[in-house]
Amino acid sequence: MDAIILQILNGLDKGSAYALIALGLTIIFGTLGVVNFAHGALFMLGAFVAVTVRRVLTLSFETIDPTRKDFLGNPLKVKTTYVEHWFGPDFGQWLIDWSVPIAVIAAIPVMALIGLAMERGLIRHFYKRSHADQILVTFGLAIVIQEIIKYFFGANPIPVPAPEMFRGSFDFGVLLGFPENAIIYPYWRLVYFGFAAVVIGGVFAFLQFTTFGMVVRAGMADRETVTILGIDIDRRFSIMFALAAIVAGIAGVMYAPINSPNYHMGMDYLVLSFVVVVVGGMGSLPGAVLAGFLLGILESIASMKALIDLIPGINQVIIYLVAIVILLIRPRGLMGRKGVMED
Amino acid sequence: MFKGLDRNDIRLMLAVTLVTLAAPLILNPFPADSPWAQFNAGYPDLMQRFVIYGIFAIGFNILFGLTGYLSFGHAAFLGVGSYAAVWMFKLLSMNVIPAVIAAMVIAGLFALAIGWISLRRTGIYFSILTLAFAQMSYNLAYSVLTPITNGETGLQISINDPRVLDRALGTAASDSVPYPDIFGFQMNDTASFELFGRVFQFSVGYYFAALLFLAAFYIALRLFRSPFGLMLRGVKTNQSRLEYTGINPRPYTLAAFVISGIYAGLAGGLLAAMDPLAGAERMQWTASGEVVLMTILGGVGTLLGPVLGAGFIKYFENILSKINDQILHQWFAFLPDSMQDFMVAIVSPFVGKGWHLTLGVLFMLVVIFLPGGLVEGFQRIGRLLARLFGRGPKAASDDDKGGA
Repeated sequence: MDAIILQILNGLDKGSAYALIALGLTIIFGTLGVVNFAHGALFMLGAFVAVTVRRVLTLSFETIDPTRKDFLGNPLKVKTTYVEHWFGPDFGQWLIDWSVPIAVIAAIPVMALIGLAMERGLIRHFYKRSHADQILVTFGLAIVIQEIIKYFFGANPIPVPAPEMFRGSFDFGVLLGFPENAIIYPYWRLVYFGFAAVVIGGVFAFLQFTTFGMVVRAGMADRETVTILGIDIDRRFSIMFALAAIVAGIAGVMYAPINSPNYHMGMDYLVLSFVVVVVGGMGSLPGAVLAGFLLGILESIASMKALIDLIPGINQVIIYLVAIVILLIRPRGLMGRKGVMED
Repeated sequence: MFKGLDRNDIRLMLAVTLVTLAAPLILNPFPADSPWAQFNAGYPDLMQRFVIYGIFAIGFNILFGLTGYLSFGHAAFLGVGSYAAVWMFKLLSMNVIPAVIAAMVIAGLFALAIGWISLRRTGIYFSILTLAFAQMSYNLAYSVLTPITNGETGLQISINDPRVLDRALGTAASDSVPYPDIFGFQMNDTASFELFGRVFQFSVGYYFAALLFLAAFYIALRLFRSPFGLMLRGVKTNQSRLEYTGINPRPYTLAAFVISGIYAGLAGGLLAAMDPLAGAERMQWTASGEVVLMTILGGVGTLLGPVLGAGFIKYFENILSKINDQILHQWFAFLPDSMQDFMVAIVSPFVGKGWHLTLGVLFMLVVIFLPGGLVEGFQRIGRLLARLFGRGPKAASDDDKGGA
């Protein structure tokens, strides 16, 4: 029992990442009707915003401290980061320690700009082309983004630590009345889950309770009528694209401490996110979120030793197996509507 | 052999045959000691890859180009073909013929099973289903199926393999790891000639693969012109209308899927024949993406397009990835120093390890500006030239009328 709870918890953070990427994919698909294969690259870019912010914060200069000597007897060189120099050691250290949450704030305008540039510069020209063309051009874009990141940051994963406060794990089982050390769970994963819940809730609230969201939903349902009513729906849809880019980006920033960013993480998550979107039902936002968590948790449960002993290799294939079964018995996914992507 | 084909088809087939057979001569335009020699493509290893990936892309195009079903899992069949071929080398004989046949049969059966399930859905759902199957195969090949696939190391042949047939015939080598052969001619046997400072290499492996490539091309040509091919185009144009006329498209699409799976298996078997090693990374979804790139880059639904695309990608993969900063400095040596550094700094991200960037940019440009791929590009140039020189539109190059 405790093992199952542990695996469900472990599945939550991966599920959160899947859900956030799939949510953005679905927003783009539902509004613009574009299948965006570059969405994983946006997730990856977010993770590298975290890397960049940390590098900027830890930029340092060298001073020579004549009062101390190193082991060779030369005057000791001391590295001081600029933030410590400017804001004092306490606040400077705090800033470096909290680089990931700071990166979230930095990522919002950065990802919005990248998203707008992508939509205005490239994807806008592909509304009228076939889905296959959209997949192909965004796939090409994903390769380009990935290679640019690889050129600047190299091919190796770059670890990004979480704030000191959230490092380490805590004993979750004790809260539920299990014996000590039965369920150990890292703090940051819990933070990630909470963060994902807030973002997802925020996106839904934005769509549900604001006038802007209402117009967007109306546009998703019947674009033509909304246009006839004199609303510039294209502009709003562009903003939704930027929003989807922000969601993917900050999902990537927060994921950096869990999985050290590397240049191909976008592609890795993209494939799974597409499976998630299709399982949830193309164009269904709740479906994307539901399927994201479901598949994340299933993947985690399938990696339990007892299950692997029972069915060897199940942990490697579970997501795909579930996707195949769902597509065969529920062709439109869990919560898909009729007539989406069936031309 | 040419019954039922019109003059253009025959010309196309003859031209392809000629170019393929003379490739070792044609692809060696630069003398071996000139700095341009690195652009030569006429060495066996690369030429083999041209024809093998050509087969792969032709097969993929039979499915995608004719029926419009975009499979994102075709690399699985390539990988299965490789494994099947290496197992034949291990168990039966180092002769490549049983290996290639086994690769085709096993990949075909595999495609039959996957296609039978995946073809129940269309559009992106079909793509995701094929992707899911391919990723499952890839993950399993790495983990649970290690006894069959040898996991991360990859499946290799060794001296102690049974090789029943070879031992029965007494041809089994016992002192060293054997190499795939065809009736005594090893795949890497090469005859070299030096002429006008150029080294021309004729290898057994290339010609074996090239003959199979020609057969594959010929079959694809017949298929494109057949009533069966027309039916497949009908599926692409409007599947529901086909259903309303009382035709069940499933058997046709399934046949196309299996045929393209067999092509992929043949390509995988040939890869193993040229280098008897099979690894799971051949099945990864990026490998499936590569064949999509080849087909689109060359021209979807055309006969020649996928071959051109495969050649183009494999050529640039090989050539661009070899260029490093040192070579770039030589190229720009005629410039003043500062300019030279500047040019090298601009060009270097696109070559060497960064050649994928070039590929991505090129691919995007093709999708944006040239949806018909390289074939359409050549046709446009042909028409432009025809207009410039005042000849009628008939003179325009239309050596590829396979266009959808």
